[in-house]
Amino acid sequence: MKFIIAIIKPFKLDEVREALGAIGVAGMTVSEVKGFGRQKGQTEIYRGAEYSTNMLPKVKIEVAAPDDLAGKIVETIQQVASTEAIGDGKIFVLDLASAVRIRTGESGDTAL
Amino acid sequence: MMNRKLMCGGGTIAASLFAALPAWAQEAVEAGTPIAAATTEAAAAVPNPGNNAWMMTSTLLVLLMILPGLALFYGGLTRSKNMLSTMTQIGGVTALAMLMWVMFGYGLAFGPEGNQFISWGKFFLAGVTPDSTAATFTDEVISEYIFIAFQMTFSAITVALVLGSVVERMKFSAVMAFTVIWLVIVYYPIAHMVWEARGVFFAMGALDFAGGTVVHINAGVSALVAAMILGKRRGYPLEPMPPHSLTLTMVGTGLLWVGWFGFNAGSALEANGSAALAMINTFVATAAGALFWMLAERLAGHKGSALGWCSGVIAGLVAVTPAAGNSGPFGAIILGAVASVICFFCVSKLKPALGYDDSLDAFGIHGVGGIVGAIGTAIVYAPSLGGPGGDDFVIGAQLVTQIFAVLATIALSVIGTAIAMFVAKALTGLRVAPEIEHDGLDIGEHGERAYN
Repeated sequence: MKFIIAIIKPFKLDEVREALGAIGVAGMTVSEVKGFGRQKGQTEIYRGAEYSTNMLPKVKIEVAAPDDLAGKIVETIQQVASTEAIGDGKIFVLDLASAVRIRTGESGDTAL
Repeated sequence: MMNRKLMCGGGTIAASLFAALPAWAQEAVEAGTPIAAATTEAAAAVPNPGNNAWMMTSTLLVLLMILPGLALFYGGLTRSKNMLSTMTQIGGVTALAMLMWVMFGYGLAFGPEGNQFISWGKFFLAGVTPDSTAATFTDEVISEYIFIAFQMTFSAITVALVLGSVVERMKFSAVMAFTVIWLVIVYYPIAHMVWEARGVFFAMGALDFAGGTVVHINAGVSALVAAMILGKRRGYPLEPMPPHSLTLTMVGTGLLWVGWFGFNAGSALEANGSAALAMINTFVATAAGALFWMLAERLAGHKGSALGWCSGVIAGLVAVTPAAGNSGPFGAIILGAVASVICFFCVSKLKPALGYDDSLDAFGIHGVGGIVGAIGTAIVYAPSLGGPGGDDFVIGAQLVTQIFAVLATIALSVIGTAIAMFVAKALTGLRVAPEIEHDGLDIGEHGERAYN
């Protein structure tokens, strides 16, 4: 099992969600986060006084998936979330040791 | 309103606002102005209810400019921890200025006895009754109580405007002490000199329809001096201090614009054609100011901003104040546009370069816009540019008069404000403690928070 963490631009969330649904992803966790990378922050100007915010809002998607689906998920997110500009985000893939469905107590791939 | 002598054609209307008063009427007769004597007889006339109604409306519109207009405009520009203190300071000085006005302010500015620089008499409104009248600029009269109330709101908004440069760090007690001294040694004398028939600037024929010098240059320059004496906010300019609610600032801007029709068109003192001209000019100069500020932002490489629009509105309104009834609509548009661009430059480039902390740009917009408006009035008054000036109007000579009035006002504002600030400092300490400034004046000075 793999645990996939993707940091993407907020306006891309709906597209990514639909695309992942289409390839069979049944669930995900989404959070609004802040951070910075190469894109740095944005500048606000009030009557000429410039303030740079060095954190930008992003959306974090977390998906747990069976090994055979993980590659497809990463590929889909990469293609759908890309605008080919800096600030598009990153995808991290981790090995997932176990998963348990709380309602039934099932574990492993069947819990996903 | 010192423009009237010119506007109404020569010295025929040397009509003092107080021609009704025997003492002044006597002087007028001795001075050989028969019309003024005739006005004395007309003073027995009953005020026209239409004029009275318009002046009552105008008076309330000026109050609307302050509360909640200016309170929201300034409040939105401060940080959220200082929202209440900003609005409460404006409310406090407004109430104080009203009480001072009926006790002795009116007497010092418009009293029956006096000279070129100050007047006296009618303290505690002695002798004023519902039947008392004040002269307008024609042979009409309005009820004196209305004139007193109208002028009262002007004194209140002027001192409230000054606060824009000192918010977020000045003690409430210091603000109140400053107000008492400043109104007495700066506002009342300047109002007398500009708006009362015996006043030195009035006599010179300087053009100021609704208070470009008395209100805006005076408040703006005083704000600059007060900010320099008070010192910068802690952390300025390194720490970010963005406005906490441009939404409220925009609401306040709208209320200021609406209220300004009472300020400008009401300064005609009658519901007549002069008021109508002031009204149309207060629309179009302001519209030009709003768009030209945003245009200046784009040319400077920024985005056209909401705060830019608001700032442009105020710059346009300030600039058209002395010109309201002294310009054609297209002269007013040019005046609003030019003032807006100059104010943009002063606020966004000049202020950072000079390093003073005029928190909400009371000087950058009211002071600078007022100066541009006062000087520009000499140009847009010309009939060749659509202004109401006579055929014999000479721009150059009027420019000299305008510039003299501006410089004299600046000098009085600087000296008077410095005195008022140092007295306030001796009485109250002037600034809040560093801890209170850090936590916000809302909780530190008033024991409340704006938002819970």
